[in-house]
Amino acid sequence: MTDMTMIDAIRMALDEELARDERVFITGEDVGQRGGVFRATQGLYEKYGRQRIVDSPLAELSIVAVGIGAALTDLRPVCEIQFADFIHPAFNQIVNEAAKMYYRSNGAWSVPLTIRAPYGGGISGALYHSQSVEAFFAHVPGLKVVIPATPYDAKGLLKSAVRDPNPVLFFEPKKGYRSIRGDVPEDDYTVPIGPARVAREGRDLSLFAYGMMAHYAVQAAEQVAAEDGLDVEVIDLRTLLPLDKDAVLRSIKKTGKALIVYEDNLTMGFGAEVSAIIADEAFEYLDGPVRRLAGPDIPAMPYSHPMQEFFMLNPDKIVAAVRELAAY
Amino acid sequence: MTSKVIMPQLGESVVEGTVSRWLKNKGDRIQQYEPLVEVSTDKVDTEIPSPASGVLLDILVAEGETVRAGALLALIGEPEEAGSTGSRSSGNGKDHDEMRAAYTGHVTPVVARMVAEHDLDLSAIRGTGRGGRITKKDVEAYLAGAESRPETEVPAWEQPGEGDLFKPTEEYLPKPAEKPAAARPTEPAARKPERVHPVEPVPEGTPGERVQLTAMRRSIAEHMVRSKLQTAPHVTTVFEADMSAVMKHREAHRAEFASKGVNLTLTAYFVAASVTALQAHPAINAEWRDDSIFRHNVQHIGVAVALDEGLIVPVIRNAQDLNLLGIARAVNDLAARARSQQLKPDEIRGGTFTISNHGVSGSLFATPIIHQPQAAILGAGIVEKRVTVIDDAIAIRPMCYLSLTFDHRIVDGAEADGFMMTLKRALEGWR
Repeated sequence: MTDMTMIDAIRMALDEELARDERVFITGEDVGQRGGVFRATQGLYEKYGRQRIVDSPLAELSIVAVGIGAALTDLRPVCEIQFADFIHPAFNQIVNEAAKMYYRSNGAWSVPLTIRAPYGGGISGALYHSQSVEAFFAHVPGLKVVIPATPYDAKGLLKSAVRDPNPVLFFEPKKGYRSIRGDVPEDDYTVPIGPARVAREGRDLSLFAYGMMAHYAVQAAEQVAAEDGLDVEVIDLRTLLPLDKDAVLRSIKKTGKALIVYEDNLTMGFGAEVSAIIADEAFEYLDGPVRRLAGPDIPAMPYSHPMQEFFMLNPDKIVAAVRELAAY
Repeated sequence: MTSKVIMPQLGESVVEGTVSRWLKNKGDRIQQYEPLVEVSTDKVDTEIPSPASGVLLDILVAEGETVRAGALLALIGEPEEAGSTGSRSSGNGKDHDEMRAAYTGHVTPVVARMVAEHDLDLSAIRGTGRGGRITKKDVEAYLAGAESRPETEVPAWEQPGEGDLFKPTEEYLPKPAEKPAAARPTEPAARKPERVHPVEPVPEGTPGERVQLTAMRRSIAEHMVRSKLQTAPHVTTVFEADMSAVMKHREAHRAEFASKGVNLTLTAYFVAASVTALQAHPAINAEWRDDSIFRHNVQHIGVAVALDEGLIVPVIRNAQDLNLLGIARAVNDLAARARSQQLKPDEIRGGTFTISNHGVSGSLFATPIIHQPQAAILGAGIVEKRVTVIDDAIAIRPMCYLSLTFDHRIVDGAEADGFMMTLKRALEGWR
C-alpha cells in the first residue's frame, strides 16, 4: 500500500498493463517524450519505447480511428484525449464505429479500446478545458463509461478497462489528479466495471455522484452530519454505463430521498437518467421529490473566477440542497 | 413579527377541521379579532378571528381542504416579513418555493405505502416535514413508539400565536386519560379502532350504493363503539310516568310562552325534571376517572338533536339556574342552531348528563348509548294515551316510558331507580 495521488495511480495502472500484455500500447497528443500534459504517461516512453508510447498528431478523430483499427487487429490500444473537450471530433468514430462494431459484425469483430480523457472544471480551464462530456456517451449502447473518484478505483478500473473486450471511455476528474490522494496497492488488482461504491452509509437521504462530485458529496454529508445530525448516504456510481441500478434502488429504498449531483449542466445530464430510474422503479419508496443539483444551462464554464464559482458545484451548494430536501 | 393562524380544536374528539371559506384574500389588511376564515368540522361551523392586525401574508390551506387541529392555516404580519417563515437556500424561483411551502395534506408515496401496510391512522402521526408534512421518519418514529425525533428548532406551526384559540390544541385541551402502560405494552398507541364486525368486500355486481362516510358519521361511529363496547358496562332501567300534570301545565302555558317567542316543548319538562332528580341523586351527575369518580356540582344537560346527516348533542349549561322558560328557550335556541350548523364549539362539550327524547319520532322506549364520559343518559318515549289502572279503576292517561341507561361502574341499580323515582314524581306532580 502506498499513499498516492490519482494521477500516480493512473500511471501505475498503465505501467502495469504495458508490462503485463505486450499488445497494450498508448497513443495520444504529447504522451511520449513529454509524458502527457498531466504527466499520466511520464517515464513510460523511456521504459517501453516509441513503438508502444506513440505521439499522435493534433487530430482526435485520427487518435481514436487508429485505436479502433489497432483493436481490430488484436492490439489493446489506450488512447488519450488530452482534454475531454476535444473528444468531439472523434464522436463519429466512437459512436458509429467503436460502439457498433461488435453488433453489426454479429459478434465477429470486437473493439477492445480504452479512451482516457481528463474532464471537468474547477481548474480555471475555461471553455475548452473544463467540459463534462459523459452524458453524450452514456447514451450510446455498445460503450462503457467509467469515472473513478479515488486513486484505488482509478487504478483498478483502468486495468479493467484495458482488459475489457469492449470500447471503454475512461473519464478522469482532472481537478482530482493531484488533490485526491489515497492508498493504492502495488500489486495487480482490478475493480470490476459496473458496480457502484457506497462512499458513505446513511439513512436519511441518498446522494448520487461520481468523479469529483463524489468527494464533494462526502464532504457535504460529513458537514450536515456534524451540524444538522443528518445521516446522508453517498453512492459513488463509478460506472455510468452500465449503471448499477441495484445500488441506486437499494439506497433510495432505504432513505426515501434522492439528490443527484453532477457538474455537467443540468438539462439532459446523467442525473436525469438516474432520477428517471428512481421515479420509475422506486416510486413507492419516495419520501420527497427526486432532485438534481448540477451546473447551470449555459454554454460553457466561464474563465473569470467568480463566474467559474457560480458554475461549479462545491460542498456548500450540496449542503444547501441536502438541507432543503431533508426538510421536505 | 409574523402571527400564525392555527386550526383550533373545535371540540373534544374533534381532531380536524375543514377550511370552508376565507373571508379575506392574500394581501388584504385585517384587524385583530376581525373574522378571517370559516372553518367547519364534523360538529360545528365557526369563524376564526384574526389573531393580530396586519396583512394576510399567506394562505397555506385552500378552501375545501381538511387539516388536523394545530395545523398552520395562514400568516399575518407586515409585507416585508413575508419571507421570514423559514430559511431558504438560493432557489431559482420564489414562486416555486412558496408553492412547496404550502402543505396541502398530500403524503409522499412511501408514507402512503407505510400507512397502508401498517394500517395506521394518518391523523395520529405528527408531521415534522415542511409545513407539517408527515415524513417517512415520522412514520418510523411513530411505529417505534416515539412521539417524534428530537428537534433542534421548534417548527413554525408548533409555535403558538396569541390567545387560546390559536394555540396548538395539545397545549390547552386536557390530555385524554392515558391507559395504564402495562395494559398493552407492545401495541403502538394509535392504530385504528378495531372494527366491530369483520368487513368483507361487497361482491362485484351487488345492487346497491356505496355511501361515503362523512366526518360526522365517522365520529358518531367511533364514539358509539368506544362508549358501549370499550368503556362503559351499560344497564338500562325503565319507568313509566303519567304525564297528565305536565300536559295540563303545558296546555295552560303554551300561549304565554309563545307570546315570549318560546315554543314550550316536552323536552323542556324532561330537562327541568332531570335537574331536580340529579340534585337529589348526585351519583348520577358524575363521571368515571381511573382512580375515582367525579361528581359535578352543576347540571349541564345535553339534549340530543337529530340532523339529516347524523346526531349532535348541544349542552344547556347550568340548567339548575334556569326556570322552565329559560330551559325551553335554551332548548329552542340550541336545537335551531344545531340544525343550521351554527353551534359554537363550547356548546357541544362539557355536558354532565344527556337526554334523548326519542319519543318525538314515535319510539315507545329505547336504550340509548351513554355520552362519554358521563354516567347516564335518559331516554324519553312518546307520550300517548294508554289504559292504566288507578285505584283499581281503569283510566285513560297520557303515559310515557322513561329509560335510564347508566354506567354500572359508577352507579348501581338501586341508585339509578332512586333517580328515576324522583324524576317520575317530579313529572307526575308538576305544578
